Amino acid sequence: MRRELFAFLKYLAKRAITIIVVVILAVYTTIIIANMGGYVDEIIKIQTRDGVYQSVFQNPAYQHLSTEEKRQLAEELYRQEIEALGLDKPFIFRSVGYLTSALSLELGKATYLTSDSGSKAVRNIIVERLPSTILLFTTINLMLFFLSLIGGLFLSRKYGSKLDKAVVTLSPLSSIPGWFYGIFLIIIFASWLGWLPYGGLVDVPPPPNPLDYALSVLKHMVLPVFSWLFAYSFIQTYTRRTFFLMFSSEDYVEMARAKGLPPRLIERRYILKPTLPPIITEFALTLIGSWMGAIVTERVFNWPGIGTLFYQAASMMDAPIIIGEVTIYAYLLAITVFILDIVYAIVDPRIRIGVTGA
Amino acid sequence: MSVRRLKETFKQLLTYKSAVAGLCILSFIVGLSIYAVIAIPYEEAIKAWRLGEDISINNPRNAAPSWINFFLQKKLPETIVMDTSKTGSGARKVKNFPDTGNIGVIRTEFSFEFSYDDFPSEINLFLTAKYNETAPYITIDWTKPNGAIIRLKEMAIKRTDRLYISIDSELAKKLRSYLSEKVGQEIPYEITPQISLFAVEDESVLKPETAQVLKGKYKMVIEGILFERESDIDSKLVVYGKVFGLAGTDHLRRDLMIGLLWGAPIAVSFGVLASVSISFLQMIIAAVSAWYGKWADMLLQKATEFNMILPFLPILMMIAIFYRLSIWVLLVVVIALSIFGSGVKTYRAMFLQVKELPYIEAAQAYGASNIRIVFRYMIPKVLPTIIPSLVLSVSSFVFLEAALAILGLGDPVVPTWGKIINDAYTKGALYQGYFYWVLEPSFLLVLTSLGFALLGFALDKIFNPKLSEM
Repeated sequence: MRRELFAFLKYLAKRAITIIVVVILAVYTTIIIANMGGYVDEIIKIQTRDGVYQSVFQNPAYQHLSTEEKRQLAEELYRQEIEALGLDKPFIFRSVGYLTSALSLELGKATYLTSDSGSKAVRNIIVERLPSTILLFTTINLMLFFLSLIGGLFLSRKYGSKLDKAVVTLSPLSSIPGWFYGIFLIIIFASWLGWLPYGGLVDVPPPPNPLDYALSVLKHMVLPVFSWLFAYSFIQTYTRRTFFLMFSSEDYVEMARAKGLPPRLIERRYILKPTLPPIITEFALTLIGSWMGAIVTERVFNWPGIGTLFYQAASMMDAPIIIGEVTIYAYLLAITVFILDIVYAIVDPRIRIGVTGA
Repeated sequence: MSVRRLKETFKQLLTYKSAVAGLCILSFIVGLSIYAVIAIPYEEAIKAWRLGEDISINNPRNAAPSWINFFLQKKLPETIVMDTSKTGSGARKVKNFPDTGNIGVIRTEFSFEFSYDDFPSEINLFLTAKYNETAPYITIDWTKPNGAIIRLKEMAIKRTDRLYISIDSELAKKLRSYLSEKVGQEIPYEITPQISLFAVEDESVLKPETAQVLKGKYKMVIEGILFERESDIDSKLVVYGKVFGLAGTDHLRRDLMIGLLWGAPIAVSFGVLASVSISFLQMIIAAVSAWYGKWADMLLQKATEFNMILPFLPILMMIAIFYRLSIWVLLVVVIALSIFGSGVKTYRAMFLQVKELPYIEAAQAYGASNIRIVFRYMIPKVLPTIIPSLVLSVSSFVFLEAALAILGLGDPVVPTWGKIINDAYTKGALYQGYFYWVLEPSFLLVLTSLGFALLGFALDKIFNPKLSEM
């Protein structure tokens, strides 16, 4: 028992170290890319210099100074400013500083963007956008999850029926991504019929009454949700159904059938039980992934979420926001993976005692 | 795979209706691509797309494709171009100088039938005058089918002059008061010149929705006085329609057909190149990882884990934004970011099984090198099973290009389907009802991806028969 616990802890420690190293590498790579290997700093330096020179040369208080004196003063002020920003050290040293502050979630201040409430803190900006992304994509993923699970189970029961064949035939529809269906849905339901809004989170101006507000948000969610359901529900149902069918031809299921157990019980105990862990893993990873926001879908529907924020930040080269988002994402994913590792180790004794390297 | 095996596979493929449909679609797209590359050389396509208005000034703005007239009861107008420097375009120019003296007259007449049910979208007059010191002086008159003659302008012209008749506010005011007098009632809205000039002159014109086109023969007469013997005036009248060509035009008057045609080779080559190179590189990495094992395996597996935690699209976006990449460099970045993708794990699992097969052991026994075993024995064994997923993933890369274009990160010069959709989107095509602008490139995108999907699913049934029994 003690040896088993020791092996378990050793396994967890190994996993934890790997995950931490991967997270550090991922965040550091992002820092390098988001700063263009230091090039963004050069841009900031030039901007600062321009700003300082302008303020010195246009300030009436310095009118009595000669041009040379003004230049010296500006150079001095610029040097101080650069030092205050920490830009006087080489990028490679500062990148390490960025890494430690990113990893300790001190996300700092955005270069250009501000939150709607006027804050420049990256944390506030991200926290402001996160709820709309989580709301939309968690709804979509939960609906997809249950739809495909129940649908897949139903079809595996009715294997070979017309409905089954229809779903199989429709599954190539998923070769087209959700945002693309979104464009068509907007054309039909917003432009042509005028039933639903083109995009956005809520009516403008937002309704003051909370109930109306919620209804308005709901109305704006219909098209994005359906575009994803249309794109991904057939293929997911098809995959689940095939998965269940594969398991339902296992020997122990045949055995249970031979014993005369009721079909529902067989489904619950012999098919769902062994298949659910991988399904839930996949779901957990997809869900976390979706919180990064689907950038294109958010753009098509003008949804003010994390994806749109990332798009804005990237097009304005706002490195702190990009790094902040990727760090939070990496942490969330790492924590999820680690929790799943623990759960698996508890459920599956082979992993616990280290038979397979997993 | 031997030639015989290929032939067999092809025969088998033809027994699936979906595969035949997929092949038909793909041959259409490939045909389109070949036609595009031959009919419009690359340089020309780029020029037409970049310069936009400069070279397509005779095209209407935001015009729907011509064939929609088949489905409409009210026929939309085509564009009418009349040019004195080109014969046979309905323009007549007569120049007259007396035997002595330097003062002469020039008369240009444009006459055309207008029998459409809708008004033109714009009217422009382009004038080029030749003179040394004293510019010619011209008067422009407009004759309607009912015989009414309206004086549009009296002016001295510059060497190159453009009269934007449809946005001339002074002219608009003048025409409005002219029409109000005719109808006997003040026209209650800002009526544009292209409506005033073509409208039936009765009460129907009082509301923009009811205004009707007066059908028949129209005439524009430009009479000029020339003050030098060498002086001359050439003019071009363009009455812009509301339909154009097979595909219509965009906000910069560009013929969408160019973009649609050139989008095909780009989409297909981007999709196929990305899919093939990623699949092969992933397979090689997986084979190496499975065969060599130990530290090589561990390193490659860690690399895939690292790659999984890096968000793909955001990283790709950052690189595309910061370095303003052309589509082919972008393709290389896409490949580089994907070679350690999730496919490596799947392939590695396959190779771990292949590794244990007896024929590999036999190869080892006769002294085959590691490289030979990986490339000649392991990869060919797994190859057939990955072909379906290779074909299937083409469409995801075609859409990846479109997605990047939608985010404004497409190639800066080459026209692609995604870029057309992006233009349409940013110019509010969905709000203004220019659906053709979005639907045409979308249709081609769907067609392409459907072609690859149908073919891929059929190949899957052939190469992985066990799975398809389900």
